[in-house]
Amino acid sequence: MQVNENETFVPTIVAFCCNWCSYAGADLSGTNRLQYPSNIKIIRVPCSCRVNPMFILRAFQRGADGVILCGCHPGDCHYTTGNYYARRRMTLLFSMLDYLGIERGRTRVEWVSAAEGQKFAETMKSFAAEIAALGPNRRLEDLRCRK
Amino acid sequence: MQKIGVFVCHCGTNIAATVDVKAVAEALGREPSVAVSTDYPYMCSESGQNLIKDAIREHALDGVVICSCSPRMHENTFRKAAAQAGLNPYMVEIANIREQCSWIHKDKEEATEKAIILGRAAIAKVLLNAPLTAGESPVTKRALVIGGGIAGIQTALDIAEAGFPVDIVEKEPTIGGKMAQLDKTFPTLDCAACILTPKMVDCAQNENIRILSFSEVEAVSGFVGNFTVKIRRKARYVDETKCTGCGLCTEKCPVKKVPNEFNLGMDQRRAVYIPFAQAVPKVARIDPDWCNMLKNGKCGLCSKICTVGAIDYKQQDTILEEQYGAIVAATGYEPIKVDRYDEYAYTQSKDVITSLEFERLTNAAGPTSGTLLRPSDGRHPHTIVFIQCVGSRCTPEKGKTYCSKICCMYTAKHAMLTREKYPDTDVYVFYIDVRTPGKNFDEFYRRAAEEYGVHYIKGAVGKVAPRADGTLDVQGSDLLMNEQLHIRADLVVLAAAIEPSKTARPLATMLTASMDTNDFFTEAHPKLRPVESPTAGIFLSGACQGPKDIPETVSQASACAAKVIGLLAKDKLTGNPCVAHSDEWMCNGCSNCASVCPYGAITYEDRDFRMPDRTTKTRRVAIVNPAVCQGCGACTVACPSGAMDLYGFSNSQIMAEVDAICK
Amino acid sequence: MNHDFKDRIVRMSGAAVEKCMRCGKCSATCPNYGEMEYHPHQFVYMVERGEVERLMASPSIYACLTCFACVERCPRGVEPAKVIEAVRLEVIRQKGQNYLKPDDIPATLDDDLPQQALVTALRKFAK
Repeated sequence: MQVNENETFVPTIVAFCCNWCSYAGADLSGTNRLQYPSNIKIIRVPCSCRVNPMFILRAFQRGADGVILCGCHPGDCHYTTGNYYARRRMTLLFSMLDYLGIERGRTRVEWVSAAEGQKFAETMKSFAAEIAALGPNRRLEDLRCRK
Repeated sequence: MQKIGVFVCHCGTNIAATVDVKAVAEALGREPSVAVSTDYPYMCSESGQNLIKDAIREHALDGVVICSCSPRMHENTFRKAAAQAGLNPYMVEIANIREQCSWIHKDKEEATEKAIILGRAAIAKVLLNAPLTAGESPVTKRALVIGGGIAGIQTALDIAEAGFPVDIVEKEPTIGGKMAQLDKTFPTLDCAACILTPKMVDCAQNENIRILSFSEVEAVSGFVGNFTVKIRRKARYVDETKCTGCGLCTEKCPVKKVPNEFNLGMDQRRAVYIPFAQAVPKVARIDPDWCNMLKNGKCGLCSKICTVGAIDYKQQDTILEEQYGAIVAATGYEPIKVDRYDEYAYTQSKDVITSLEFERLTNAAGPTSGTLLRPSDGRHPHTIVFIQCVGSRCTPEKGKTYCSKICCMYTAKHAMLTREKYPDTDVYVFYIDVRTPGKNFDEFYRRAAEEYGVHYIKGAVGKVAPRADGTLDVQGSDLLMNEQLHIRADLVVLAAAIEPSKTARPLATMLTASMDTNDFFTEAHPKLRPVESPTAGIFLSGACQGPKDIPETVSQASACAAKVIGLLAKDKLTGNPCVAHSDEWMCNGCSNCASVCPYGAITYEDRDFRMPDRTTKTRRVAIVNPAVCQGCGACTVACPSGAMDLYGFSNSQIMAEVDAICK
Repeated sequence: MNHDFKDRIVRMSGAAVEKCMRCGKCSATCPNYGEMEYHPHQFVYMVERGEVERLMASPSIYACLTCFACVERCPRGVEPAKVIEAVRLEVIRQKGQNYLKPDDIPATLDDDLPQQALVTALRKFAK
């Protein structure tokens, strides 16, 4: 969580993007100069199936307010089945997180292809707006890590 | 203590305009472990790369972080530069501060802060990088071309010429594709069959080419250099090895009313047939939907008449399994169905036809032996109207969004040929634009308008209505005269949009090749890599990648062949070293990993472990084959003990990136 | 060129005039083409160029039957009939008479009055 000079809440959002589709889609939105908020930082992974639930828990532990996982559309995974595993894992994980008090709105899975620069920017904008509305996240935060 | 070098690129003003690159270099220079941090206008240039190489040597750097454009652009460039300076190429990480920072933000302060955070994440990752060596895998020196149209034929001929064996798989009983159905081709007005059939015969006679006609790809597995493909050879009920193509069976067959696909249903063929006279292979096929013997067990005339005993009513589909190093997609195009455009009365009048149907009517081997006659009453058309852009350049709900590229030229060709053969026939073309981008194309179209007197009218057609006397009333706009015209036409020809073959999408799924929303295969880079799919080992040839005419198709087919030859000429392929590996001490052999691996890269072995109490224990552990592993990481998450990890994207690395971002 | 008029017409009609590719299919299909001075393809072009006052002064805008054939046939989804409807509304608005509110409809109405007439009146005069 961060606050800027005006004391308004600036969310910290981590996005995991798969190298073949969603990362390329993010690059495409950059090439097309489509804007989205700067508080979203992208971590490149080879496939959405690489994202271990531990990484997402770690992000919330370290103070992230929202985490989004982007991958290829079902059926189009570069590694054929990776996004199916990601889909199933995240369904379970987000349900568990919701039970722990990390609201559904703070986590999302979105399928973005390499040709969907526009969709990527729109998704990031809407996710950032949703997190800003939900406010800062205090659950699971490791207080030793707070600045 | 590791020493990291940080290099921040300005990329001209692409990054420097929105990110304060000097501040980024300075801030990252203060990070622990960073020995040198500098900035430069163009890191990817020769002088930029020299800067990096000199710094590696001077400071004995253990790792390098480049803050620049996307790693998808220049990761390889910087890896090579590092290797040349003596640093393992995998000790290089890229922070994307262009596509994912400077280009998407406008506020300089925000963008600079984000660039610094992304830089920190890259530094945290590279500190945990291990030097990696790429593995090697063998290459099967054989190519598969899927699709036997002009694109597939040209690609196969070029690959065969270089000395490599090629298989062409074609779903129709003969190769040739759409070009075999054309009459004359623009802009030279060459006879299509005359220029195509020699190439078809070359394919048949070339000892490096094997034609698998009337066959389809069923399953594909493996990866670049090592594909295993299952091909279904469909039953033609005729033995290909015996049939001489004499055609006796087709003359005697009593079932005469089968709609002839080659002539788009405008005439009939027999139940046993040869698709067209120059078919390759020239082998008959029995259509099981119409053959009396195959349906009811009565007849058998063709078998009695055949002098070589080639008829085999009991023939079954067979499956062939082959290994290939490279696969080429050349599945071509189909014209769209124009039934939904009821303004043109296509379903109401036989005299409203598509351009491909017109092509068959004018072809000497077509349903009317080349005489242009109205399909409804067989009379000569005195007025013909051509309508352009039917189903192209629309919103997605109304048709295809793209321009189909070939229609302006083929309509000019149709118009010109009609006027030449029948000077008494009036020809009108209703156009929105006339697109003639190729060599000698515009001159060709101007000949049609100027020398042959074709009336080009700028405006669209709103309605085609059948009249009581059998002619058609065409109501269209003349925008330059600002009038609404009514033309009484005998024949109306629609330039229908073209779309990829329906087999393309299932094939793309089998190949894990990307497609766009119009079902055209996506190329690896629209400008710089037009004949390769992003999936390694899959190449694209012809209209399956985008609408194109014959000159472009042949160029692209040869380009595709060049890429395939480049791959097959290698004896070994250097693989991706970012593969999974299992920590034997933590692995308990549970098999979770193998069950999620899409490539079957994981096997199990018994290993002996020396225990602390001096005994030896044998345990079953997972072993990853680095040549087969593609580095997706599914196994790393499925592993319950955390024994499985991925080089290049290890658990600790990703966690370090998360930490750096969330600080 | 008056951009105020143009902005209002574009907002009222919701039509995407910039999508027009000048094909003329709207005019080709218009059944009342012969009665117009300016034709459907010209409505769209004139609004795009801001020449709205000339259009407002022309009797052509009343020759449009609102049959929506042009909307149905336009390959780009430009909706010329909505543009012309908006121009008509602008003319009415300039004359000062407009804005029918639901409260203005009398409580008792002729039972035979078709529902559609009410809906059309509200649509035409409530923007």
